[in-house]
Amino acid sequence: MADDKYDAIIVGAGPAGSACAYTLAKQGKNILLLERGNAPGGKNVSGGRLYTYALEQLEPGMYKRAPLHRKIIREQIMLLNARGATTIDYHNPAFGDGVPQSYSVVRAELDEWFAGEVESHGGTVASGVLVDDLLIENDKVAGIRSGSDEMRADIVVAADGVNSLLGQKAGLFPDATAHTVGLGVKETIELPDDVINARFGVKSDEGVARVAIGCTDGISGGAFLYTNKGSVSLGIVFNLVEAGRQKRQVQDIFQDFKMHPAVLPLLEGGTSVEYGAHLVPELGYEGIPKRLHREGFLVVGDAAKFGINTGMIIRGMDLAIVSGLAAGQAILKATKPADAGELYMKQLEESLLMANERAYKNFHNIFDISRIFNTYPALANDALQFLYTVDGKVPKPMLSGLYGVVKKNATLGQLAADGWKAFRSL
Amino acid sequence: MSIKKLGPEELLALDKFSVNEGHPHILVDKAICATCTPQVCLVVCPARCYRLKDNAVNFEYAGCLECGTCRVMCVEKGVTQWNYPGATFGVTFRIS
Repeated sequence: MADDKYDAIIVGAGPAGSACAYTLAKQGKNILLLERGNAPGGKNVSGGRLYTYALEQLEPGMYKRAPLHRKIIREQIMLLNARGATTIDYHNPAFGDGVPQSYSVVRAELDEWFAGEVESHGGTVASGVLVDDLLIENDKVAGIRSGSDEMRADIVVAADGVNSLLGQKAGLFPDATAHTVGLGVKETIELPDDVINARFGVKSDEGVARVAIGCTDGISGGAFLYTNKGSVSLGIVFNLVEAGRQKRQVQDIFQDFKMHPAVLPLLEGGTSVEYGAHLVPELGYEGIPKRLHREGFLVVGDAAKFGINTGMIIRGMDLAIVSGLAAGQAILKATKPADAGELYMKQLEESLLMANERAYKNFHNIFDISRIFNTYPALANDALQFLYTVDGKVPKPMLSGLYGVVKKNATLGQLAADGWKAFRSL
Repeated sequence: MSIKKLGPEELLALDKFSVNEGHPHILVDKAICATCTPQVCLVVCPARCYRLKDNAVNFEYAGCLECGTCRVMCVEKGVTQWNYPGATFGVTFRIS
């Protein structure tokens, strides 16, 4: 009923919103979880890997109920040049032992399941509801407006994603700027499971996560490939500022990556079934707005720009879940709604989310080293080509040959400068 | 179907859209776009909603993937309004 006042209204049924709603519903709170898509997940795109610990924090064993795809036991880094690739493959079956470290996921499934968990604890989930505005009364957020409907709550939680229009409407942060986000594009390609297993060297419940550099026309960014059940997710994340400075359409760069001679054989025989795009928080700790709450209002997940990207580890959904849990716990602890904001900030510390963010505080500076995205992948491939080439001619002495490869691609001064910058960012 | 390089129309044809005819959720002021030199929208919009037509930037909202790239990238603020499509409209991802 429209007149009802909820304990909390959570806007956005992604991992952050559902984790918050779940925490509250489980304790008997009267909550409303709103989703603008026709079903949770319908508007969401992610690369597709969830680190399991976050679900374990929410509720031990919960991951066993979740529609998770393959547990990731092979971590791969691919360095591409125009025609070839060097791939580092770290195979660690222990990542699949006990509670597996991470799984590939498909958001349409994951988000719908997660919202269903909220419902099973008595929470109300309403999909196909776009929140237009916040109700602000006496300098407090008092609810939301959707079309001509007004809904009231003690607290509104903005889990409305990276574009968080609600966070802006609440006056917590300005319009996002290009340097704070990256653009991810992704194609989902169906492939039979037996083909995936054979091609990627995994058992039917195991999977591969691969990142690739050297495929972005020199734009800061990288590609990813995740094996799902019955499909693979292939995509690229671009630094938007740099993408805007050059002349090729990002779609073309992405499609050329898909057709790269070292990538195509992984996909052959598959069927492209979906194409998506989404922004991702790019700056880690430095991108998190200074203010994540005001009276009656909390910001969680991508909306709060929680994200960690080391190039090897890309985290978003786990941080979303942990922040949603933190918000839920803060609301439960607050003796009056006005206290929830400070308690939320405290929970973000206690959950170690902020400590994780701070641990990689300067890391994004590494991605300013432009040669990482072009020169160094090419150098690696040139070096291996030199080492592996046998053509009957007299080979160059090893050291001078390798020195020649380095000199062809970069100067020693550049190497030193980049090495120093990388060192200072770690 | 085998894997091949897909053009913009082919990529969007993979997706499910429900277009709110006559109600664009993003408004673009062509007069501002005409004064813009970088026109970065042409290369960064992952749905290619922004294209040159008769030498002018033309915006088509029907295939919008709702990512927000134009919102953050538009240099001259030719994007005068950026919102999500009304409830039940826009793209629906099924396996992303």
